This record gives sequence, structure tokens and C-alpha cells, in this order.
Amino acid sequence: MTLDTVKHANETPDVEQPWAELGLKQDEYERIRAILGRRPTGAELAMYSVMWSEHCSYKSSKVHLRQFGEKAPENDALLVGIGENAGVVDVGQGYAVTFKVESHNHPSYIEPYQGAATGVGGIVRDILAMGARPVAVMDPLRFGAADHPDTKRVLPGVVAGIGGYGNCLGLPNIGGEVVFDPCYQGNPLVNALCVGVMKHEDIHLAKASGTGNKVVLYGARTGGDGIGGVSVLASETFDSTGPAKRPAVQVGDPFQEKLLIECTLELFREDLVEGIQDLGGAGLSCATSELASAGSGGMRVELDTVPLRDATLSPEEILMSESQERMCAIVEPGKIDRFLEICEKWDVIATVIGEVTDGERLEIFWHGEQIVDVPPRTVAHEGPVYERPYARPEWQDALQADGADKLPRPETAEELRAQVLKVVASPNQASKSWITGQYDRFVQGNTVLAQPEDSGMVRIDEETGLGVAVATDGNGRYAKLDPYAGAQLALAESYRNVAATGARPLAISNCLNFGSPEDPGVMWQFAEATRGLADGCLELGTPVTGGNVSLYNQTGETAIHPTPVVAVLGVIDDVARRTPMAFAEEGQLLYLLGDTRDELGGSAWSQVIHDHLGGLPPAVDLGREKLLAEILISASRDGMVDAAHDLSDGGLVQAVVESCLRGGKGARLVVPDGLDAFTFLFSESAGRAVVSVPRSEELRFTDMCGARGLPATRVGVVDGDSVEVQGHFTLPLAELREAHEGTLPALFG
Amino acid sequence: MTARVGVVTFPGTLDDRDTQRAVRIAGLEPVPLWHRDKDLHQVDAVVLPGGFSYGDYLRAGAISRFSPVMETVIEQAKGGLPVLGICNGFQVLTETHLLPGAMLRNNHLHFICRDQKLRVENADTAWTADYEAGQEISVPLKNIDGRYVADERTLDELEAEGRVVFRYLDGNPNGSLRDIAGITNAAGNVVGLMPHPEHAVEPLIGTGRTDGLGFFTSILKKLVTS
Repeated sequence: MTLDTVKHANETPDVEQPWAELGLKQDEYERIRAILGRRPTGAELAMYSVMWSEHCSYKSSKVHLRQFGEKAPENDALLVGIGENAGVVDVGQGYAVTFKVESHNHPSYIEPYQGAATGVGGIVRDILAMGARPVAVMDPLRFGAADHPDTKRVLPGVVAGIGGYGNCLGLPNIGGEVVFDPCYQGNPLVNALCVGVMKHEDIHLAKASGTGNKVVLYGARTGGDGIGGVSVLASETFDSTGPAKRPAVQVGDPFQEKLLIECTLELFREDLVEGIQDLGGAGLSCATSELASAGSGGMRVELDTVPLRDATLSPEEILMSESQERMCAIVEPGKIDRFLEICEKWDVIATVIGEVTDGERLEIFWHGEQIVDVPPRTVAHEGPVYERPYARPEWQDALQADGADKLPRPETAEELRAQVLKVVASPNQASKSWITGQYDRFVQGNTVLAQPEDSGMVRIDEETGLGVAVATDGNGRYAKLDPYAGAQLALAESYRNVAATGARPLAISNCLNFGSPEDPGVMWQFAEATRGLADGCLELGTPVTGGNVSLYNQTGETAIHPTPVVAVLGVIDDVARRTPMAFAEEGQLLYLLGDTRDELGGSAWSQVIHDHLGGLPPAVDLGREKLLAEILISASRDGMVDAAHDLSDGGLVQAVVESCLRGGKGARLVVPDGLDAFTFLFSESAGRAVVSVPRSEELRFTDMCGARGLPATRVGVVDGDSVEVQGHFTLPLAELREAHEGTLPALFG
Repeated sequence: MTARVGVVTFPGTLDDRDTQRAVRIAGLEPVPLWHRDKDLHQVDAVVLPGGFSYGDYLRAGAISRFSPVMETVIEQAKGGLPVLGICNGFQVLTETHLLPGAMLRNNHLHFICRDQKLRVENADTAWTADYEAGQEISVPLKNIDGRYVADERTLDELEAEGRVVFRYLDGNPNGSLRDIAGITNAAGNVVGLMPHPEHAVEPLIGTGRTDGLGFFTSILKKLVTS
């Protein structure tokens, strides 16, 4: 067994290396040789291969993601932008909030419980690494058909994993989404979001500066899990005395992560941390190269000092291991003792593994022999960038021409009633409490709103009542019909959801889930969606603070629907003024805000009743979204509405049913002039919400809408114990509740 | 001068800060207690909050009972120190045998988080005196190992001595025997329950109800008047 040192690499330039098995292209391998002026060592090859992977380097998406910076709106609230572990936003009163959404799609399909669990763990460490206390999580999820046998394997595992990990960390799970569609059958989407809070002065960055400062690895021991493709390298370089094969999916230990959180926050409180990075994808390779690349000097690491779970691990494997619950900190020598003392208090293993040097190289040693000698920027920040070809798919025109206007609509009141019941009971429109009931939403004692409310809201200051709200949305059906509009509709819905609860939208994060970038049609969807999102954020004044791209979500030739998930963060000065969704007071008036047009393309109705996807999604009017948001926020601040609920998939009837069930009160609806009952109930026109207005506030509210030019139509009253559409049908709440709440328990038990 | 209530933090404890807040809202002084410290710092009562102490490894509460702080808690509880165990704290109390019985995995095998209706069966304990017997309250419930079990004789004894303090209403959430949500020791100073009163002490937050505040005002009255 020979150690492939730098010296050895220099002496043996012609050794065949398994670059293709590690996922590198020939030209990428040649480029590594050119950078180093020799062949890479096995350890270097492993580092480049993971850091230049799509997941870490964003090589296919980078050219499009640049728009988020180039088109960023002027916004004083942004304290830390794209590129760090997570963006940071000023929310006033000296507080800063950091939030980010990330994907853990592929691992969650292979091993649903651990895949989803470690997805939560990873995003929580990203937030922690910014210097923030994590205060809430939420999970946008997409599964295959609800009644498909494999969904019964994937969904319960994912939900148990999110709960098992998140509940054990003491983070309230306050929202998210669950969507079923056959396009996700072989590629479920498990996105995870975390929000953290800190004071401005507590912001920490991932950089290694200050010659002589120590590099400390702390948290779990490093094991052989999550190594994935790199084991190819190990088997090439080493003989059969190596470690037993471990799962490619990492295994999480939330107890260790909880200790890591509390320990890290105490380290921050005592100002013992110069720079910090969590260990996620690509493990130590990523953490050391990113810290060194962003800092002022170089870094020297003694890899054999890393505490191991498995003593037989090779240096390559240690560099690649994605063992969970680890952090890497840069610490001044004079503060090391106190640093280690705090780690000991929390029973967290901490080891000095290296130091910041005044050179410009990242140098890694194994028992005194050098195995890595690279310019860190070439690993971390100067990877390959591809201008992938893209082209509008040829089927796009036919898809858009196949409009929902051709679908037969209900002809009788009886038929309309049956379709309403069918839609609200369909898996996508049904209550998700079977899932969210497995997540702790109360812990930390600051939860103001949690699912199924329009946005999740937590208090961040007990004295002043300052709070933040977050919503995530994304409609793959809309995006399939028109990716540019679809991305903007996701943004608009999430923005609207935040405003509906009374919070002012400030900034966004996103998770862009697409098929293979090597398919020009998919690449076109990606280009269109990013362009739409960047343009939309510019118009709404909400900058992108960061996010994540997940590509290759496809089975064979079939890609998932393009699924840009958008998370909007908002702020509310006093959570006492929040607007819930429940219709709770008899006699209050229901107003429909916005314009309702005949827009059924991509709608829930077209899916549930006709299994149809075609035509165009609802028209986007971001100016109107902004106005609607201003009205909803003013109404909340001045106490003009008691409840508000955004209108999206399923249309008005879905929103009214949800608000009625939530409040335990019925509603009498009247179809307004100029609309037929079907369009009134099922249209999914954007830029709309329904609000419940106390009679005493009616005039003030309608005056405000009138003065600002927002259409507000009185459509009914909160009353009784059924949802009645006058002149058409009546649905008792009990029947609606059974339909709406019975679906998921019946499917998943 | 008010009374001091110690709130224990084990590694993996989650609801310690929430419990300290509830104690403060009730007008008491919260005192953080660390699992490695045997000294209770002259507190007048102790709360063992919820969470997953020591990762629930081996069994929920099984390792915590051996921690240094518990040595003193057990000793002083036997001498009358008021102790409240919430959720994981209740599990710790059964492991220490300050309270009888044990908690098993929920009968449906899922974590469950919901607003739970309870009936106060015994309003004479140190932690329930501010309620009335028979009163119905709603507080959040959130656990995966919440199914209370004990042998028939123990259950009969608990019933006969009025030591069942809370019972689940509107559906047993986890298969607990005789719908038991919380119990007390014979002296009435040690109480354990699975639901979370500390999450129901402020309007607007959580369920928006304040039904849990009575636990903390009960102990305040007991400590300040005695």
C-alpha cells in the first residue's frame, strides 16, 4: 500500500487515474494537471472531483444565477448576500435574520429517513455557521402519485426523518408544502429551510485569516458514511485491507447536532471564533478549501489528527467523508484553551487539525508526508463554468395550445358541488396535518403561526413583539407550462402568503429543482425560470439572498416538472398584529381582493377532475401583487381584517373551505355579477386573497381599497355550519372536514 | 421576594428556555441548573423540562437519572422538594422511581404534536392547586414515547389514592393506560405529565391559550404562602 504523496505524483507522472469514475470530464482532468503542473495526487483528485461536481460548483447553473446579483434590487436590508453559507437580512431593532432553503432530493429517494434527516441537519448547520441561533425550520416536499406503492415507502420515511431529526433539535417546524405528482415518482423533492436570528454584531463568515490561527475541527468523529464515488479511488489506490463499504447516504445523529448548536452559540457569545464553516457536501475538502480560499493566507492541515470512527479510513476518504454534525472553526492561539473548554462542557470532541499560514497554498499532510498542495481558490471558487446549450422544447407550443378552456365544465349545481368536494379531498388540496402533526411546532415558545397558516411566524423579541414570517411556494405545473411565469408565480404566491399574515416581505431564498442540464430543453426551463425569478425579485424589491440548485432530477429521459421553490422572508413589527387564516367570527363580511379571470390552465381543478395539464398558467402582474400586499399589511396593522387567506391552487373555494374549517365556522357565498359560479370558485387568477372584515371596519377597509385602486368585492358572510354558494349548493362543514382531513390518513395510515 | 425555581438542562434538553420563560411569566425567579452540577443553588422547586436528554439513548430518561444533578433532586424530592417533570422530565421521574410506571412508544408509532384536552383529576398537588378538580384544560402534546404503562395493581393504587393528576380527553393520543396523562407521588410534591404546560402560558404564542400557566402560579402560591 503506497501513499500517493505530492513527491510520488511528481515522480510518477504517467500513472493512470480514475478521473472518469469520479465524475470528471477529460478536459476537467487536464485542467487540474495544468493548474498543478503535474498529475494530482489521489487526495487532490478526490478533492477536485467533489468540489467541481455539479452539486458543489454550480458549473451548469452559474451563468444563469449571476442574474440574481446583476438584477438585485436596491435594498438596504441585505447585510450578507449570495456566496456565504446563507444570506443575512436586517429586520430592525438591531436584529439580523438569516435563512436558506436547500435540497436533499437524491439521498431521500435512496434512503428516505436518513436522507431527509440529514437534509435538516445540513441546513441547520449552514444557518448556525452564520452566527445565528436557528429558530425555525420548514420543508417543501414533492412526492410521486399519492396512491403509488413507492410513495408509501418514501413519504412516511421522509416525514419520520424530518420529524426524528428536527424534533430532537428543538426547532419548531412552522410550514412548508407537500405536493404529489407522478412526475416526482422516481425523484421526490426534499427541500429543507432553516431560519436563524442574531444581532448584527454576531454575523460570522467562512474565512480563514490571521497567520498562526488554529484550524479546529469539532463535533462528531469522521466516519465512512457519505463517501459515495470516492470509494472508487480508494479501491484503486489501496488494497483490500480498506474499510468495509459504508452507505453513500450519510447517517444523522440529532443529539450530537443539538450539542453542536448550543456549544457553537456559547463559542460565539465568548467571541472565540474568527471564521467558521460547517461540514456538509464534500466534507473536509469543502470546509478547508473554502475557508482558505476566502481568507487572506494559506492553510496547513495534519489530516492524521482528525478523530475517526473507523481507523482504517484512507486520507482520501477522510477528506471526502460527509459524516454529519461537524464544524470547522478558525481560532486565535490565545483563545484555544477556552474554546476547547467549552467544547468539553458540551461533550463535543474538538481537535486542532492545522493552522493558517502566510503562504497561498492549501497543504495537507498525512503522518508528515504531503498529500495535497493546491491553490485553494482553484478548488473552491474557480471550478469549471459551462455555457450549456439550451433550446425551447419542441413540445412546448403544443402543450400551451392544449388549453383548459376545452375541458368540460360542470353543468349542474349537483355536479359543481361534487367537484368542489372532490377537489378539496384530493391529495394535493387535502389537509396535510397527518404530516405536520409529526413535527413539533411549539418548541422554543415563540411560534405565532404554523401550518396550515399562510406563512409560519415566530417572535424574535419578547419585549417588542418583533417577529419574522416565512412562506415557501412552488407550482411545478405552472412552471412546466411556462417556466418564466411559473417562477414568478412561485415568487408571487410566497410573497402574498407572507403579506397575508401581516408581515412585510423583505428578501427571498430559493431552491431550483430541475432535470438534467445536459438536456437543452431542461436547460431552457432553467434559464427561463431564473430569468423570471430575477426579473420578479427586481420588480418586487426583494433580493435573492442565496439558495440552492438541484439538477439531474430525472428518471431516464423523463425530467420532473421544473420546480423552482421560492421562500420569502418577511418582518412584522409586533406579532400581536398578525392576521390568521381562520374565519372565526359569525357575521363578518368576506371580501375577495383582486381580479378573477377565466384562468384554469395548470389548475388543481384541471388536474383533479380531468387529469389535464395544458394551456397557460395564470397571468402574472407583480405590480398588483405589491398593491395587494400593501393592503393586507395595512389592514393587519390597523386592525381592519380579522382573517386573511391567499388564493392559489384550488381557487376561492379551496381558500374559503380551509378558512372555515380552521375557524369552525361556515360561510354563505354569493357569486358576484359578471362571473359564473364555476369560474368564481375554481379560477386560479393570481394576485388575490379573501379577507374577513368586521362590520365596524367595512367602510374604512373598502375606502382604503378604493383609494388605492385594488378591486374588493363583497362575496359573502361568515355564518352557520356549512359552506353555501347561494343559488347553487350547500356543503356542511362536517362533510367538508371528513373529505379534507380524511385523505392522507386513509392513504398513509 | 419571590420563590426560586430551578430548571435543569441535560445535554439534549429542548424546552429549558421555554420553561424558564413560563416560570418568569408566573412571577417566579428561574434558576438554570446544569446536569453536571450536584448543587441545586437553594432553589425552592425544580422543573425537569422536555426534550431528548442524552439523545434518549438506551431509553428515554434512562441515562439522565444517573446524572449528578439528579442525585440531589432525588434526595431532596424525597424530603418534600416540589418537582415537576414535563414530557422527557416525566420519563426521567419514572426512571428514578420517584413516580411509578414507564413510558413506551406511542401505540401508532408516530411522533404526535397537537393541542390536547385534559381533565385535572387532582387539584391538591403542589403543581395543580390553582386548578379545580374536574377542570378541563388544553395544552400542547408532543412526543413519540408517551404511552404510560404500569401493572394493574399500581394503576389501581394510583386511582384509589387519587394520584392520577391528569387524564386525556377527546381521544387518547398514544394508548396510555386508563387515559393517564400525568400522575403524582403519594406526598403530592412530585408531579409528572407528558403534555407541555410551559407552551401554553402566553396569548398569541403556540395555541394561543394560557391553560398551562396554572402549574406555575400553583407553585408560586404554595412557596410564597408556606
